[in-house]
Amino acid sequence: MDTVLLQLNNIRQAYGAQVVIHDLSLQLQRGQIGCLLGPSGCGKTTALRCIAGFERVSAGAIVLNGANVSSAGIFVPPELRRIGMVFQDYALFPHLDVAANIGFGLHRLARAERERRIEELLHVVHLASVAKKYPHELSGGQQQRVALARALAPKPDLLLLDEPFSNLDVSLRERLSMEVREIIKNQGTTAILVTHDQAEAFAIADVIGVMDHGEIQQWDTAFNLYHCPANRFVANFIGQGVFVPGRVIDTHRVEIELGVLSGVIPQHCAAGCQVDVLLRPDDIVHDDTSPLQAMVIHKAFRGAEILYTLRLASGAKVLALVPSHHDHALGGKIGIKLAADHIVAFQQPEE
Amino acid sequence: MLKSNLSRFPIAVFFLFSLLVVKPLHAEEVVVYSARIEQLIKPMFDAFTKETGIKVKYVTDNEGALLARLEAEGKNTPADMLITADAGNLWAAAQAGLLQPVKSAVLENNIPAHLRDPGNEWFGLSIRARTLIYNTKKVKPEELSTYEDLADAKWNKRLCLRTSKKVYNQSLVAMMIAEHGEAETEKIVKGWVANLAVDPLSDDTRALEFVAAGKCDVTLVNTYYFGRLMKKDPNLPLAIFWPNQNTNGVHVNVSGAGVTRHARHEQAAVKLLEFLSSDKAQNLFADVNMEYPVNPKIAADPFVAAWGGFKQNPINLVKAGELQTTAVKLMDRAGYQ
Amino acid sequence: MAIWRSVPFIAAALVLAPVGVIVSSFFAPAGDVWQHLLETTLPLLLVNTFWLALGVVAGTALLGISLAWITAVYEFTGRRFFSWALLLPMAMPAYVTAFVALGLFDFTGPVQTALRAWLDSDLSWFPDIRGRMGVVAVMTLAFYPYVYLLARNAFLSQGKRSLEVAQSLGFNRRHGFFRVVLPMARPWIAGGLMLVLMETLADFGTVAVFNYNTFTTAIYKAWFSMFSLPAASQLASLLIMIVFAVIVMEQQFRLRMRYAENKRTERAQRICLTGWRNWLVTGFVLGVLFLAFLLPLLQLCRWGAQSFAQDFDFDRYLEFLWHSLTLSGLAALLICAAVIALVYAARRYSSPATRFAVRIATIGYALPGTVLAIGVYVPLVWLDGRLSEWLAGWLQVETGPLIQGTLAIMLIAYLIRFMAVSHYPIDGAMQRITPSIDEAAMSLGVHGGMMIRKVHIPILKPGIFTAATLVFVDVMKEMPITLMTRPFGWDTLAVRIYEMTSEGQWEQAALPAVTLVFAGLIPICLFMRQTEK
Repeated sequence: MDTVLLQLNNIRQAYGAQVVIHDLSLQLQRGQIGCLLGPSGCGKTTALRCIAGFERVSAGAIVLNGANVSSAGIFVPPELRRIGMVFQDYALFPHLDVAANIGFGLHRLARAERERRIEELLHVVHLASVAKKYPHELSGGQQQRVALARALAPKPDLLLLDEPFSNLDVSLRERLSMEVREIIKNQGTTAILVTHDQAEAFAIADVIGVMDHGEIQQWDTAFNLYHCPANRFVANFIGQGVFVPGRVIDTHRVEIELGVLSGVIPQHCAAGCQVDVLLRPDDIVHDDTSPLQAMVIHKAFRGAEILYTLRLASGAKVLALVPSHHDHALGGKIGIKLAADHIVAFQQPEE
Repeated sequence: MLKSNLSRFPIAVFFLFSLLVVKPLHAEEVVVYSARIEQLIKPMFDAFTKETGIKVKYVTDNEGALLARLEAEGKNTPADMLITADAGNLWAAAQAGLLQPVKSAVLENNIPAHLRDPGNEWFGLSIRARTLIYNTKKVKPEELSTYEDLADAKWNKRLCLRTSKKVYNQSLVAMMIAEHGEAETEKIVKGWVANLAVDPLSDDTRALEFVAAGKCDVTLVNTYYFGRLMKKDPNLPLAIFWPNQNTNGVHVNVSGAGVTRHARHEQAAVKLLEFLSSDKAQNLFADVNMEYPVNPKIAADPFVAAWGGFKQNPINLVKAGELQTTAVKLMDRAGYQ
Repeated sequence: MAIWRSVPFIAAALVLAPVGVIVSSFFAPAGDVWQHLLETTLPLLLVNTFWLALGVVAGTALLGISLAWITAVYEFTGRRFFSWALLLPMAMPAYVTAFVALGLFDFTGPVQTALRAWLDSDLSWFPDIRGRMGVVAVMTLAFYPYVYLLARNAFLSQGKRSLEVAQSLGFNRRHGFFRVVLPMARPWIAGGLMLVLMETLADFGTVAVFNYNTFTTAIYKAWFSMFSLPAASQLASLLIMIVFAVIVMEQQFRLRMRYAENKRTERAQRICLTGWRNWLVTGFVLGVLFLAFLLPLLQLCRWGAQSFAQDFDFDRYLEFLWHSLTLSGLAALLICAAVIALVYAARRYSSPATRFAVRIATIGYALPGTVLAIGVYVPLVWLDGRLSEWLAGWLQVETGPLIQGTLAIMLIAYLIRFMAVSHYPIDGAMQRITPSIDEAAMSLGVHGGMMIRKVHIPILKPGIFTAATLVFVDVMKEMPITLMTRPFGWDTLAVRIYEMTSEGQWEQAALPAVTLVFAGLIPICLFMRQTEK
């Protein structure tokens, strides 16, 4: 059996003259949870709707389970794609109770089997106690789980989730996102999630595609997105960090104000080339003995740590994550040192 | 804030309403409720105003609604006079105590006794004769004789009738009951129903068109419908036949009027009634709709007179009212829709 | 706020007064009229009425829903035009469609006459337009816009999304439509069908043209022909009870379901129809529009042109038009304001009692026009009489009747009759205002009257526009109440049509009818500009 469940080959989608997806490709392995992450308007929801079959692609192909389901001239309607979808607004049926909502897609099963499956899912999503209630009688989190159970019930090959947590409050989001991942994994389902919230993406997804302007900027694990962003957009979008100017010394070293970093540097850069180097808050550690001093201009208490915004002698700003017992006043000077083990640097944009 | 807004709302509505309240002026006038439509009363009213200076205000509606309205308004009614297009409803109005007797030598003189209420509460003003119309290509006049004859099997699938819901047919059947008794009349009506070529039609004009188109051979209508149709298309193969000339005569109904019990302008109303029965108005009243004047001294419109003279059924029209309910029930029993 | 709390009950009382007048006669002896009806016509009337109601409800459901779905979800040639043009038949009174249909297709009409001449046959195979199918067809064509309008609202706001949900659960479009989209749109569709049902049961004009005997014709017959008001009232009471039972059943059925619309609809991406499918759909929609509106209008214009020279009097017609527009406009304003108050109060102080009161308040539509007209007129005139007596005693002035013979009495009567018409759309819109919207507004310091003005009214606006359009057009077409309660000289276009048709002169009625249709187009076009933006 092929391990690739879903493949998007250079798909393009446009509403009239307005191109929403330029050229999008990705591959999702069976059992994986993928995520399309990006700011609003980047085309991620449209990509999801193309996969579902609610939109047609104008070029490229979508291959699901080894079969071409959408390309110019070929279009398999949504109901034949064996997909499940959790809508952003849940779109629960107000005229049906919870059990009936979940059982809705099981119309091909025999009655007894259907009851069994509903029962099973009610347990999976912890809603057995409200099986006979109507959607409007449920809390937001409960509604969300009904929507998930309804989509999972027919055992789809691929589950699509469109901003599934955006209608929930933040505290609930974190708990639910972990719960949802567990449920999906337990059911052995492959899934794609669309979100603009990276915490959510990191919590659920095995592999994440950062999207901008209708294209995937990077399709990778959360670790790589953070530590090896493919481009400036990804670097900016994922996590926190600042760019500081640097100069390439040789093939594997860059000099910045705080010292010299070694690692892989941009290919087109020869010695002497000017680059921007990404410094994450964890690339800088607090060291009272360090000769390098920086002024505290902002601080944010994070519980275990404090995130300091520091000004260097040159005026450049950097971030530093420091254990919270090191409490320094605004305007005070603290010693810092570089603790990065690799370089993330991009050529300076030409003016 | 909220409170003041809310309490202002009903006040504003009330104010709006009171603006719409138009107080009636008490000039010399007569107020008429008429079931005869505007086109058929306005010329006479204009003539009356011109002669007497008395203004006529009127509203039109159907008979039943006007009667109910008079009853609801009771002594507060603005109406001085009720005009209807048939005798049955005048009888009903009198029966409900909505009219008052008028003692007037002028009216007694102008209107034959069988066309007015014996108690003088209402008066016929124009005659509406309900007669037979046949298709000249399919029927010879010798074949026709009476209303009763239309029940004969020789007319099977040749007869068209207007619905029994129309008061003209109810009056006709009521007058037949007055003459033949219920059992005999029911037999006749059943014969009619058996002879129908199509289900009863919604109005007289439709019935005439069906005869002209050859769907049926003969029908029973008021003459003015025939007149209207012939004026529009003189080439239609239709002709008039006066039935029952050797027996009791043609069934006639009237369009008539009465003065209301609580009339505020009683004298003016009587004046209007007398005017409508006078030489001046009689022709107007009848001719405007190709009806016959009630006043036997007045000749009908030449177009109407050309259809020939006929003998009227002399039974007093009060019977049409008295027996109307009986007639309706009889037609129901006979299956006349 | 006691005044708000009592609004539903005031409205219910308003409607109950005439209904009470009618029902109060329920135990009055009606002589042997009942016995007679039972023995003769009643069984047939019930069968006739049943098939008529069933036929028209089924017909309008089929036509209204399919047209709403087509125009809400598909893209086809002329879609923009049709989506509002399909409402035009609302401006065409059913009795007008009826007499045009008979005038054209009956035995003596031009179609059959020409066919007879051409085929040289007696055309015995030609369907009898005056039969049951004819009445059902005419009423279906006249009433489908109620269903179309409300169903389209539902489909536009949630149709596409519902279909997607169904498809994601493995239903194809057809099954998705029946299993998901239709059930989801049920409150709206049921509202439209309820209006159709009430209008059908109350209709007198159309069935009179066809001489098709129904329960309503029996009421008229008992009253006007047999002079038995008790029997007529008792028949009417039965009608009220039947309609009420249907309404309550529907209400119970969906009591636990709340139909808040989905909060946000994405840009509705219509499904493009191409090739023969496109032309099939365009042809179907055009066909409906042609039969329900264009054909009657053409025929009216033809007749109108014939009678134009003798009948047209510019000043007179201007006056009719002015009266029609003024009355309809005032009535639309008053009724919408009243219904907003009603719906608002019912929402704010929701209880079984208020819900029941609201049901009562919307039942006036089901009563045959003349019956309701009398029912309204009797208590109003009685009250008026008491009031003027009281004033006479108190102020020592002879005021005479105060509201009798004024526009006020007309407007109250219209209010009683047409609250139902504006209730469905406004109530539907009100359901969109979730409690959280109120709370959000209050948290921003907006409450009370300001909240109504700044938050509720804008959200209700589409519903209010729908309601106002329906009321406007309905009032303009209305006959019995207008005839009975109009002040002297306040003749409207509908009055003119009545005068012409009461003597069977349909051709003469064409001129005012055409004017009425065009006047009715004004609010429909305004409405369309509002909603199609």
